[in-house]
Amino acid sequence: MEEEFTRGEGRPRLLDLVPNGRDWGSYAAAEEKKLELRLGLPGGEDWPAGQEKREHPVESVLSLGHISKVPKSTNVNASSGTKRGFLGQVEPKTEAFQQQQLQQPQLGFLQLQAKGRESLQKTSGSAEQQSLEGKGCGPHAAHASSTKNAAVAHTASQSRAAATPVVGWPPVRSFRMNLAGTAAKASAESHNGSSEGAKKLENDRKSLFVKINVDGIPIGRKVDLKAYDSYDKLSLAVDELFRGLMAAQVDPLAPSTRKNSEEKDVLVGLLDGSGEYTLVYEDDEGDRMLVGDVPWDMFVSMAKRLRVLKSSELSASSVSSFFV
Amino acid sequence: MREERSDMSEDDDGGGEEKDSWAPGLGVAGKSRGAPYPLPPPLCDQVLENVIENVLQFLTSRRDRNAVSLVCRSWYRAEAQTRRELFIGNCYAVSPRRAIDRFRCVRSLVLKGKPRFADFGLVPIGWGAHFSPWASAMATGYPWLEKICLKRMSVTDDDLSRLALSFPFFKGLTIICCDGFSTAGLAVFAEKCRHLRLLDLIEDYFEEEEYEVVDWISKFPQTTTSLETLGFDCLPSAVNFEALEALIARSPALRQLRVNHHVTVDQLRRLMVRAPQLTHLGTGSFRSPEEGEGMEHEAHLVSAFAASRSLVSLSGFREVESQFLPAIYPVCSNITFLNFSFAEITAEDLKPVIRHCHNLQNFWVLDTVGDEGLQAVAATCKDLRELRVFPLDATEDSEGFVSDVGLTAISEGCRKLRSILYFCQRMTNKAVLTMSKNCQELVVFRLCIMARHLPDHHTGEPMDEGFGAIVMNCKNLTRLAVSGLLTDKAFGYIGKYGKSIRTLSVAFAGNSDMGLRYVLEGCPKLQKLEIRDSPFGDPALLSGIHHYYNMRFLWMSSCKLSRRGCEDVAQRLPRLVVEVIRDRPEADDEAVEKLYMYRSLVGRRNDAPPFVKIL
Repeated sequence: MEEEFTRGEGRPRLLDLVPNGRDWGSYAAAEEKKLELRLGLPGGEDWPAGQEKREHPVESVLSLGHISKVPKSTNVNASSGTKRGFLGQVEPKTEAFQQQQLQQPQLGFLQLQAKGRESLQKTSGSAEQQSLEGKGCGPHAAHASSTKNAAVAHTASQSRAAATPVVGWPPVRSFRMNLAGTAAKASAESHNGSSEGAKKLENDRKSLFVKINVDGIPIGRKVDLKAYDSYDKLSLAVDELFRGLMAAQVDPLAPSTRKNSEEKDVLVGLLDGSGEYTLVYEDDEGDRMLVGDVPWDMFVSMAKRLRVLKSSELSASSVSSFFV
Repeated sequence: MREERSDMSEDDDGGGEEKDSWAPGLGVAGKSRGAPYPLPPPLCDQVLENVIENVLQFLTSRRDRNAVSLVCRSWYRAEAQTRRELFIGNCYAVSPRRAIDRFRCVRSLVLKGKPRFADFGLVPIGWGAHFSPWASAMATGYPWLEKICLKRMSVTDDDLSRLALSFPFFKGLTIICCDGFSTAGLAVFAEKCRHLRLLDLIEDYFEEEEYEVVDWISKFPQTTTSLETLGFDCLPSAVNFEALEALIARSPALRQLRVNHHVTVDQLRRLMVRAPQLTHLGTGSFRSPEEGEGMEHEAHLVSAFAASRSLVSLSGFREVESQFLPAIYPVCSNITFLNFSFAEITAEDLKPVIRHCHNLQNFWVLDTVGDEGLQAVAATCKDLRELRVFPLDATEDSEGFVSDVGLTAISEGCRKLRSILYFCQRMTNKAVLTMSKNCQELVVFRLCIMARHLPDHHTGEPMDEGFGAIVMNCKNLTRLAVSGLLTDKAFGYIGKYGKSIRTLSVAFAGNSDMGLRYVLEGCPKLQKLEIRDSPFGDPALLSGIHHYYNMRFLWMSSCKLSRRGCEDVAQRLPRLVVEVIRDRPEADDEAVEKLYMYRSLVGRRNDAPPFVKIL
């Protein structure tokens, strides 16, 4: 995969995904099954390259486990100064797609994204920097170069298995998002012949939204447990969801010497008790348990609700803990 | 034309502007900017004014009224005296005081708050749109107030209480997509509002804990009520069923009832038996209770529906068990609105039902029915005006059940279509083009291809041509939402042909500033523009300076705006409120994450939270 990038012909890096169709053949076939239903772009907002990532802590972005920064990221492409960069990206995209069409009629376009993603992280960094700085874009040049890695590594962590949801997209109101969750629960309780169907529906459910509240924030959010495949991803997603709110709750007058790139995640240590906050869940019996003790899949099937509590307020009596 | 419930869409009834015209330089009547209330006219003018007032009683459209108010001072006064329904599309565009000063005799208020993207989590909590200042101002200003309709406002329990106590003639409350109140507030409202005819809760957000839930249904007056409409299908908590049944029994005027998902099918039957005169029914869960017997319910349910001769609208079906669907056959041929958008049914479930629905005009459905289900709709529902296809799984990589095939089928079968909202995972330009040719009466076209930047799935081309065809061929189009892979070309088409467009929603589209410029320079009727995640920067923003006073609002998030550009706009347009919303206070100051700007008669608001910076 890497050779496709080093081959770079002076165009913005991401475009070089399919210099010619042939390299796709074998790889594509192997990946076809996996990619077949993946019409979406996991965290595709940063596609194509040349995206600036403002407001992103560079260090966290470089960690592989990091989930796409959604609400804060300016999913922006090159500014007008770098117009060519963006435009340049559009055409080859479709060309590449057309090349692909014969092999992957349904997915060529998107396959580019999924495929390219892993490689992006390794090689695009420097290339991107060149392409961005070379264009001399206006006010955004500074941002571009300082966060060049962010855009790239940002994509790195997209795992195939879990789609990282963008905030507010697709534009469906929240009670519709939860549709799958409640229906599954209710129909699982029904009987006389429909129970088989209900169980099947529940297992096939593509999303499972549970409510999550944070101590001190009156209105909660919802997270889709099926969008993640590990506790780490969930923890990062929770951090993402509430980061803005947590910060807004913090005294705005308190001196903040940290720059964006060095900002510590507000909600780290959710799982191991080391942070200021801890993630707990409520199971179907209403008991509160610490998140992280049971295998992930079991957790998903048991968790009905999540809470983020101040670690200092956890007590042995309020939380059923398997540790300690 | 039936107004869509949860959208309060202004596209069907030809809704117009707020009360003032914003053409700059119009010094005459329409602009009382801080001017004292006009002096009383001499006697002969008084007579004329009385005549005008009598004539204006018959004028209900607010657009017409706005035009009337611009003719001269006399007409302005007369119109102000006779306006009964006040529509305020942006609660921050005007203050309660000003509204009350001008329009003295208002009986009905429609008030909208947050930008629409708040529905999708893009507006941080606490942004504003508080109803309280309005509630208290109107308590003194409009003692005769009868109806209030709120959309995307923050409403507290105290507000509800105040409403009930301040307005002795209060008749109707509709609350859409609001938050901040609970069953406690509803309880006070139900109890104190003795002449209530309408209480409709539509897609509101409740955040109560189980133990906080109040039995509000029991608080309605114990005597015969005047209730005509009661809707609480969005309420997450169960209501006291016995109390509900008793309430229905003593509400002979009830025509619309929408219950929530806690109501099972046997309970529904009991309610229907009490109210056979219903015209609109929200059926709740439409499933059997845990311990009941399915077969028994079915038979009774059928007879309940058979007895409901007046039903024209059905919704609910939140956890529908398909065995109960045949129960609605008796009413199918009469219904004009069918909302299956929470019903996870397949094409096989749908076909036998839809086959009877010859008169259907508005149909909301989940994409689980697939292209095949839509084909069945197209085959029968020749009178269809509005179609909404929602995704079961609203994520980008979900398996899509509907596609260009379904869209084409609909366009071929339902030629009278005026409004469509369609979520899908694959689409082609050809299908969109076909729809543009077949459905020339389209007023609202909202296509959401869920995977971002997805091109035509046959040709690999951007979706430019398809949307271009829509704006070109559908001359009545006033609302458009675009998606899929789109270049500036698409916006070029919109700017060139979209001369009637009032509302435009853009996401993940365009290449450069030109895209936005095309729209701002080309669409003279544009009033509401919401954009997210598109590469439009300051130059594009500045290109719309000539037009922003004519717009209700502009929302741009995750675009390429900078502080400087927004300040520039703010400086040049003093009557525009330019809000920069940050998710994090310490975030980069130069880049603008979220921009929300709107015209206002009263300048910057004084209730902005810390994360909102008004330039």
